Formats: sequence, C-alpha cells, structure tokens
Amino acid sequence: MPRPQTFRTLLWLWFALSLIALAIGLRLALIAPIDAAQGNIGSMIYYHVPMQVGGLTFPFVNLIGSLAYLYYRSRNLQRAIAFDALAVAAAEVTVLNLSVGILSGMLWAKPVWGIWWTWDERLTTCLLLWLLYVSYLLVRRFSSTGQVYTLSAVISVFAAIDVPIVYMSTRWYRTQHPSPVFFSGNPGAGLDKSLYPAFFSNLAAWLLWGFFLIALRYVLERRRQQAQHAAVQHAIATPEAQ
Amino acid sequence: MSYLTHLLTHLRKDLRLEWRARDSINGMLFFSLLVVVLFSLAFEPDAAVSRQISGGILWVAILFATVTALNQAWTRELRNDVLDAQRLAPSPASTLFLGKAIANLLFVGLVELILAPIFVVFYNLHVLGNPWLLALVMPLGTWALIVNGTFFAALGLRTRNRELLLPLVLFPISMPALLGMVQATTLILTGGDNLYAVFWIKMLTGYDIIFTTVCILLFETILHAE
Repeated sequence: MPRPQTFRTLLWLWFALSLIALAIGLRLALIAPIDAAQGNIGSMIYYHVPMQVGGLTFPFVNLIGSLAYLYYRSRNLQRAIAFDALAVAAAEVTVLNLSVGILSGMLWAKPVWGIWWTWDERLTTCLLLWLLYVSYLLVRRFSSTGQVYTLSAVISVFAAIDVPIVYMSTRWYRTQHPSPVFFSGNPGAGLDKSLYPAFFSNLAAWLLWGFFLIALRYVLERRRQQAQHAAVQHAIATPEAQ
Repeated sequence: MSYLTHLLTHLRKDLRLEWRARDSINGMLFFSLLVVVLFSLAFEPDAAVSRQISGGILWVAILFATVTALNQAWTRELRNDVLDAQRLAPSPASTLFLGKAIANLLFVGLVELILAPIFVVFYNLHVLGNPWLLALVMPLGTWALIVNGTFFAALGLRTRNRELLLPLVLFPISMPALLGMVQATTLILTGGDNLYAVFWIKMLTGYDIIFTTVCILLFETILHAE
C-alpha cells in the first residue's frame, strides 16, 4: 500500500483532473451539432451513455474487491478488509451511476419514444443490475458484524455474473433500445464524426469522476474501519471499572 | 463414503424430517392456492386472455410458495446447534446444500403437481402448444428458483430480518430465469412460436447450470462465514 501522503496527493490530482475533464466535456457537448431527428434532447447521449458505461464497469471493480477479499481473508486479513472497503465503495458508485443512467434514459425516452419505460431486454437487465447492487448494500446493512464481508462478497459474485447479460442483451434480441452504436457491425452504424469530441470527452470525464468517487469512498471506508478497529482495541485493553 | 452417499444421506434426512412434520408442504400448498384464487378474483379473464396471463400467475404463485418454504428450510438446522455439527462433519459442505435443494425441489414439485389441475380448472386452460415442452419447463424453472433460494436462505441464516432478506436478494437474481420460464410457459400455452419457446428453455438451462455451479462452489464459504 502506498504511503498515505502520496495517496492523498494523487487523489487531489485526480479530483482536479476529473473536474477539468468534466468542464471540457460540458463545453464540447454544448457546442456540438444538434441531431437532426431528435433535436436538443439528443444531447442526453453525452450524459446517459457515460453514466451507463460507468454503471456497467464499476461492478467489475466490486467483483475484484470481493474476490480479493475472499482470497486474502485466510492469508492477510488486513489486506482483505481493505479490498472489502474497495468493494463497497464500487457498489455505492455503481448504484449511483445506474440510478442516474436509468433516470436520464427515462427523461430521454419520453420525448423521443413517447413512453417513459418499456420492458425490452436492455432496460430490464439494467434495472435488474440496479436491484442487485441495492440488495448487495442491503445485505451489508442487515448482516451481523462478523459476517458482513464474506456474505456481501458472495452476493457480489452472483451480481457480477449478471453484467455480461446486460451487454449481450442488445446483441441477442431485437429491442426497442437503439442498437449498439459502435460495434454492431452495420455499415451505417456509429456516431457522426462531428459528435466524436463531445461524446468521447464526456465518456472519459464521467469515468474519471466515477473512479475518483470510488477512491474517495474507499478512503472514507478505510478510515471508518480503522476507527472501529481502534475502538475495539481500546475496549479490550481498558477493562471496565467493576 | 462417496459424494453420492453423503448427498443421499442428507436428502433422506430432509425428506424424513419433512414427512414427520409436513408443515412446509401444507403451508406451500395453501399459500399457492390462495394466490391462484386471488388472481382469478382480481382478473376474471376469458379463455384467450387467461392463456396469456396464466403463465405469469403460475410462476408468481410458485415463487411466493417457494419463498415461504425456504424461509424455514434452514431453521431446523439452527435448533440444538445442528448447524455447528454440520460444519464439523467430514462430508463435503455442498452435499448438505444439494441434499436440501433437491428435497425442496421435490416438495415444490409435489405442490406444482397438486396445483396444476386446480389451475386448469380455474383458468379453463388447455395447452395449445406442445405439452411435453411444458413438462420440461416446469422442473427447469423450479430448480432455478430453488437452487438460488436455498443458497440465499442459508446465507441469511444469522442476519437480522432474515425473512425479509431472502426475497430481497432472491428476486433480482432470479429475474432472468423468471423471464425465461414465464415466456416459455406463455408461448407453450398459447401455441406460439415453438422455436422461440425452445430458445427460452435453452436460456433457462444455461442459467440453471451456471448458478448451480456457483452455489455449489460458494456454499462452503458461507457455511463457515462466522
């Protein structure tokens, strides 16, 4: 583990970098050409897609944290608990990203499709993913202290198996959601080149911001764990007056 | 002793315990019957509409019945510190899990067999598609619910709000399987596209295989979680 001061500096730099990237992304999105068919609401793509990409990526961070916890818990307990802090941080940011992604998607869908929601494959599986990670957080809340780490690690393995299903869903079924824009293989697919700067800068910016939030939450969780550990040590070391 | 022997021992234990008390099966039967009756009263569909919705109603009824039974499936392991004895036993932990899951499958299967004629009567059903496919969907779908349900019931054994936690975790994870079983059942009942029904059955089989494997691999971890 890097020394705290180095880590802290890095975190501040990352924060500044994310803010700069977000500002650039916002400016590019505002000056980008407007989609002819959709009008202004088409700009939602710069916000909705990065949020959903984050919501689909951060579960893997959660999975890595959970698997590392399961691996280290009999070898190096302190390291294992640190990885569990990473897992919970990633889970919370996932829920955040998915919530914003689903809500922004709904706001986009009403003017463009005329409906708030439909039960096509991609929307359904995104909602499931959200529910899975909310249930992960609830399991953590309801578990007794000794078991929290192990039980939630197991839940996260189950939840992470769901993530590939979300990605493949638009490949397996013809659905109402727009088909894959970049990798569908159709000759006419893909964003117009003039929209690339706005799109990719926003994608990068929101992913940077997401990773920063995970790091920040990780630091908070580590401090909470260490405070709890210190409290336990204190309680053991100082017997209560009879 | 081989894996199979251990498994059969655990299975016999659960079946014997259930046969003596019969509380789980009675509760499940009555609960599913109530759900079916409530839905009939609420919707009062004609024959064509009832074929469309009965697939969903059937699986919702089975889901609720399963959760009712699963909540108390592991409590008999808590009495008299039996769970600690199970942890110390030399048999592989997954045999305990599989024994209980298969026993639950048999109980829910029994409930389904009793429920099927009642369903046909209340909804004036007759199957327009291939009934053998339906005989394939029922065990696959039930196993999908049971295997995850038994696992999560064990997972939540020492948590607060144990009864609340099981549906909270089980429903999201089971929803892909629920989608598959409801779609397959509805397609078979309404005589829809057979190929599409078979696709859903394949998906359900894939789901069963994946989650059975994961549950077997991870059961030992949660058994020793404390």
